[in-house]
Amino acid sequence: MAGAHRQSGSVAGGTAPPAHRLAAPMQNWLMLLPALLFLVVFTIAPTIVTIIDSFWFTPHGAKAATFAGMAQYEALLADPIFWQALRNNLLYAAVTVPVSIILALAMALWTNGRIKGRAFMRLAFFLPTMLPMIGAANIWIYFYTADYGLIDQIGHLFGAGSHNWLGNPHTALGALMVVAIWKEAGFFMVFYLAALQQIPPSLIEAAQLEGANAWQTFWRVTLPLLMPTTLFVGVNALINSFRVVDQVISMTGGGPDNATSLLIFYVYQTAFSFWDTYYGATISTVLLLGLGLLSFLQFALFGRRVHYR
Amino acid sequence: MLKQLLRTATIGASFLAMQSCWAATDITFYYPIAVGGPITKILDGYVAEFEKANPDIVVKPVYTGSYQDTTAKALTAAKAGTPPTIAVLLSTDMFTMIDNDLVVPFDDLAKTAEQKALLQAFYPAFMANSMTGGKTWGIPFQRSTVVQYWNKDAFKAAGLDPDKAPASWDELVSMGQKLTLKDASGKVTQWGVQIPSSGFPYWLFQSLATEAGATLASPDGKKTFFDDPKVVEAAQFFRDLSVKDKVMPEGITQWGTTPEDFFQKKIAMMWTTTGNLTNVKAHAGFNFGVAPLPAKMRGGSPTGGGNLYIFKKATPEQQEAAFKFVQFLTTPERAADWGIATGYVATRPDAWETPKMKAYVASFPAAAVARDQLKDSVAELSTHDNERVTQGLNDALQAVLTGAKPADVALKQAQANAVRLLKSYQ
Amino acid sequence: MSGKSNAFGTVLATLGGWLMARAWLLPMAYAVWAAVHPAAYVAKFELMAPLTLQNFAKAFAAAPFATYFLNTCILVSGILVMQFGICTLGAFALARAPFRGQGLIFSLVMVQLMVTPDILIVENYRTLSQLGLVNTLTGIGLPYIASAFGIFLLRQTFRSVPKELEDAARMEGASPLQILWRVYVPLAKPVYAAWGLVSVSFHWNNFLWPLIVTSSVNKRPLTVGLQVFASVDQGIDWSIISAATLMSSAPLLIGFLLFQRQFVQSFMRAGIK
Repeated sequence: MAGAHRQSGSVAGGTAPPAHRLAAPMQNWLMLLPALLFLVVFTIAPTIVTIIDSFWFTPHGAKAATFAGMAQYEALLADPIFWQALRNNLLYAAVTVPVSIILALAMALWTNGRIKGRAFMRLAFFLPTMLPMIGAANIWIYFYTADYGLIDQIGHLFGAGSHNWLGNPHTALGALMVVAIWKEAGFFMVFYLAALQQIPPSLIEAAQLEGANAWQTFWRVTLPLLMPTTLFVGVNALINSFRVVDQVISMTGGGPDNATSLLIFYVYQTAFSFWDTYYGATISTVLLLGLGLLSFLQFALFGRRVHYR
Repeated sequence: MLKQLLRTATIGASFLAMQSCWAATDITFYYPIAVGGPITKILDGYVAEFEKANPDIVVKPVYTGSYQDTTAKALTAAKAGTPPTIAVLLSTDMFTMIDNDLVVPFDDLAKTAEQKALLQAFYPAFMANSMTGGKTWGIPFQRSTVVQYWNKDAFKAAGLDPDKAPASWDELVSMGQKLTLKDASGKVTQWGVQIPSSGFPYWLFQSLATEAGATLASPDGKKTFFDDPKVVEAAQFFRDLSVKDKVMPEGITQWGTTPEDFFQKKIAMMWTTTGNLTNVKAHAGFNFGVAPLPAKMRGGSPTGGGNLYIFKKATPEQQEAAFKFVQFLTTPERAADWGIATGYVATRPDAWETPKMKAYVASFPAAAVARDQLKDSVAELSTHDNERVTQGLNDALQAVLTGAKPADVALKQAQANAVRLLKSYQ
Repeated sequence: MSGKSNAFGTVLATLGGWLMARAWLLPMAYAVWAAVHPAAYVAKFELMAPLTLQNFAKAFAAAPFATYFLNTCILVSGILVMQFGICTLGAFALARAPFRGQGLIFSLVMVQLMVTPDILIVENYRTLSQLGLVNTLTGIGLPYIASAFGIFLLRQTFRSVPKELEDAARMEGASPLQILWRVYVPLAKPVYAAWGLVSVSFHWNNFLWPLIVTSSVNKRPLTVGLQVFASVDQGIDWSIISAATLMSSAPLLIGFLLFQRQFVQSFMRAGIK
């Protein structure tokens, strides 16, 4: 294979681009092949099966699946839990995405500078990503426990009363958001850190020579240069916020009264607890459509940015 | 495709060759780790003992996480055509298992007189969740009920008789009020009682409903009675404990932290599973007691926990071997041993007559409370489409407990939901 | 961020950073506290509380952690190597001059970014059992090999590589694979470092899929060992679950501490170019 490439490369290396253009697609497909194979087998095919399933009723044992047409979708529209999960999820995304991004950026700026103990700080921020969710969830359950939980113990020092954070429908979702931000911000910090390291110091120096203060430099030079990263992180955070399931399973089980039910959790519950696999497929399909739209937007945004260069 | 076929064929052939070589029957045993830690060691010990007594059978125990994980794993494997031979799953999964055509009734497998007798050997309260349509689908293995634990030291401090737990709902409230302590600023430092309501509130609630004289579902799993006035009364009482009588923390209290709440003396009484006995014995830094739940119209609690199921897809040889294993696991001696090690209720009366169990009860009388409550115990709520019907009730209860909906409205909705879901099973 | 006028701001920022780092560390600090003290002290923070290693001993005895540890190491490194190889090739193809079908392929990749593998468990399990790969480490890893996240990240990076560098290499007669290896991969080092870190952390902690796919002790990864302590039938035993959590994530934490300098340096080196 390498030989073939060499040949086409050397042809292209000369002054005959048409020949290269003929060979390039073949090379591209060859290089894509392994990735495509795995994608098709483990993602695309099962996804298509999921979409097809959404038009059927779940088979039960000896009873075969029956065709549902749009009935599952009609049921979905009439399902109050679906709507609640959707509302919860939108709120969850609206809070966790911007907060995670801002904190991630702040973390990256802190640990990128010459701050004392930045190695330690980096570890502190990245640590949540490295803790297994089962352990982390249980620790957070302790933090949120009323009275002797850590948050209430600290609150008591300041005269606050006791709060049943996870057991109150008004605070439970917020409590989960805090865990999500805690777990995610350090993860996104890594990307900002990588991007910050790639900003040529000369640009910063130039700005400073022109008399810009640190704030102006950040605002006018650093931030615009970080825009692609922000977009990338933002879209990933958004997609992640619609993929959250671990915390919900291990901390609240969607309760109280579905106050913390998020879309993927509802899919999970429907598919692996109710075993209504095909209705789960219906919710998944709707979710996929929504996320597809998001990624289309992202694609458009990113594509434009790259053309700017 | 061809390659895959070939490959499957090769694997199959070598598998057959191996089997005929050893002439052994392999059985896969899914077991959920519901009680943490060294339990797997005990089971491994049982398996080794069983294999020694039955050299022609190889048992492969697979520890599978929570009950929920185990059911997920078993159903996933079954859908791919490779279910386990035998599994411990929730007794309430019975209808789900039957509806998915996954398990076989033990009656069809019982050949020897001994095997037939086994089906009669257990407490009727446990069999209520193991039988339907006249057939036995599950064999009780690790079963529990709800009991109340109380802090004797806190009772003494409140001027109550430390050896007497509340026997009625009225006593629960009046004693609870004496046990609810406040500091100078009016903040509660100790609550009277806690009935956890996270995750699966229906289970503890079913105790209240039973005591109020209600039944939640018909034995055939096709009808529910969630809007029965007695059920509403029980739900109202559950809510009143925190808002009217103010003896219980408000909102949804966590199942997972309730034992710790008890150890931390934040609550003077807790309702939880008998399966917690060993844990409480190890960690409570004070004198505690265990008692049957207080009565209203009657006493009582639902049973809970896991049954042994044998899967349909297994070969007759595997099923026969699995039945042998079931027999082995449920002998009176082993039932006693398992109960002592885990805190679950030994599942058959003759287990309590074994010398080992007698000695244990003599040294730790609290262990017998759950057994004594069995006469009042009812089948745990279980219906067709069980998880979903139950989830509707859970949601309703949590709505009531958090004050989002009045009891009658919430339960009426849960009932309508259940009727809709069960329509196709009528 | 130099300049004397900003000294006060810098101090403030430093303070803020430190405060937040502390806050972020709290759960970990608590895990350490709960793990080294008897259960009676899980919620009582007394300086003189007795220390114990009992919780670690109990956790260690409950599952064959050494085997699990080895499995996890094989699993995460295997996945990482495969991901790097396959996704680099794929990303390179997608980053090059547009060709027919490129957009379609790219959107197929995006599908994977959106689909939580957890939803596809039933289907993927079926596929694995047809391939005869249930209960193998390979089986745990396969669905994650073509990482959309990685392809996406690398593609973006590759696209930002100046065209002149590639042209120069081509002038010297390098084949596309050589160009990829000599020009693109070195420039993308920080991305590999970041992504590698993310991938290792993710697969180190992945739970549900490995649990479903594996059934024998000698094939299971570390997190599946943790499950033993996560059961809530008896309520949460924070001391043991903390000890087990620390034990299972310790190698990762130590690794991060040891290698974070190299890690950051690789960022630096790439930055200078």
